[in-house]
Amino acid sequence: MILATIIEKLGLEVKNAGGDLTNEVTGVYVSDLLSDVMANSKEGQLWVTLQVHPNIVAVATLKDLAGIILVNGREPERETLARAEEEKIPLMTTRLPAFQLAGKLYGLIGEC
Amino acid sequence: MTKEPEERSPAPGEKDITKVQELVYEMKVNQVMATDIITVSPHNLMSELRVLLREKRISGVPVVEGTTLVGLVSIEDFIKCLSEGKMNNLVKDRMSCNVMTMYDDEPLVRAVEEFDRRGYGRFPVISRETGALVGVITKGDIIRGLLKRIEIDYHEEEIHHYRASHFFEDIIADKTTLIFQYKVTGKDFSRAGRTSSGLKRTLRRMGIPPKIIRRVAIATYEAEMNIVVFTDGGEITAQVTPREIRVEAVDSGPGIPDIKKAMEPGFSTAPDWVRNLGFGAGMGLTNIRKCADTMRLESTVGKGTRLEIAVQLNGAVKHDLSNHH
Repeated sequence: MILATIIEKLGLEVKNAGGDLTNEVTGVYVSDLLSDVMANSKEGQLWVTLQVHPNIVAVATLKDLAGIILVNGREPERETLARAEEEKIPLMTTRLPAFQLAGKLYGLIGEC
Repeated sequence: MTKEPEERSPAPGEKDITKVQELVYEMKVNQVMATDIITVSPHNLMSELRVLLREKRISGVPVVEGTTLVGLVSIEDFIKCLSEGKMNNLVKDRMSCNVMTMYDDEPLVRAVEEFDRRGYGRFPVISRETGALVGVITKGDIIRGLLKRIEIDYHEEEIHHYRASHFFEDIIADKTTLIFQYKVTGKDFSRAGRTSSGLKRTLRRMGIPPKIIRRVAIATYEAEMNIVVFTDGGEITAQVTPREIRVEAVDSGPGIPDIKKAMEPGFSTAPDWVRNLGFGAGMGLTNIRKCADTMRLESTVGKGTRLEIAVQLNGAVKHDLSNHH
């Protein structure tokens, strides 16, 4: 399923331009520990987190992730947004907490 | 008469997924279907089909009212009509209405399966969004689409291979080492990750294989984060030779009191505020060890830490022809 479809179905808010929303999402990784994401996420996955500082963009770029979803209505820091724009990493927000969002994502794309 | 039980032994390499198998799952119907389709109206006469079928050499035509598919009229319908001498019948009275269709966004593998199962020659393709007829897909379209895609992929592979294999060959020297240096600022989380991102981009431009780049990038990221979190700053140097990529991260304090302990997964001395940012999970050195072929960590409390890792390029860059002698 491509990112744009997921955004539409879950009503996510896209915070930056420049990211490729037609990328095929190969799975989802949920974690707030950056080293854990660094070690265990896979290329093409969406990353669900509550971290909002600029370094999340670096992690997503290095691991070639499909995008980052910030949960619990958290907003990215200004620098985070600027870097996401620069690195072309789609940054999205939702009011849902991580558990609920993960459940909905699982329903959409299953066990990837 | 006995019949041999049909026992199929797996062909060699059957478990491997071929490129074609991968592509039929990845590619969509709308990437290979023909879009310049010939259609007829249900109100056409059957006799009007004669020229169409002969000149275009096609065996079936979708019947369309407005943009909506209402049926399919085949060469068999036409012959039957001809033998009955009822060529002044309307298309809508002779067409088949139960038409098996495909959606434009379905994977090719579904079309392949349906062709196999039903033995039809073609499927009209419907847009899932609008319901309109947008194309027709035949087995020929699938084969052409796959061949084209394989050619494109092969071409990209060739370019990639060229870059990686010739980068060093174009340099004339007895020994070549490229050095990239980066300064890392301590405690500056807003700039953290710049070194590893920059190195990754540089290696990609050199045509280093993506798998190798990812390993180097992860190890460099963790080394960079250690400098940012724990020190007042340091320097990261990457040395690239035809054989390996070597990354060295050096800082001037505070040093690691117990390296063995620091290497244990989950062990962390990061302060709470750093952990709250998601760093300091105690996985950094573990991640580095996982990614690197060799790793060396030296540290003196109060003086500083030096980490050196290497990732082998063996064979990835064509430069070791002498090995075969």
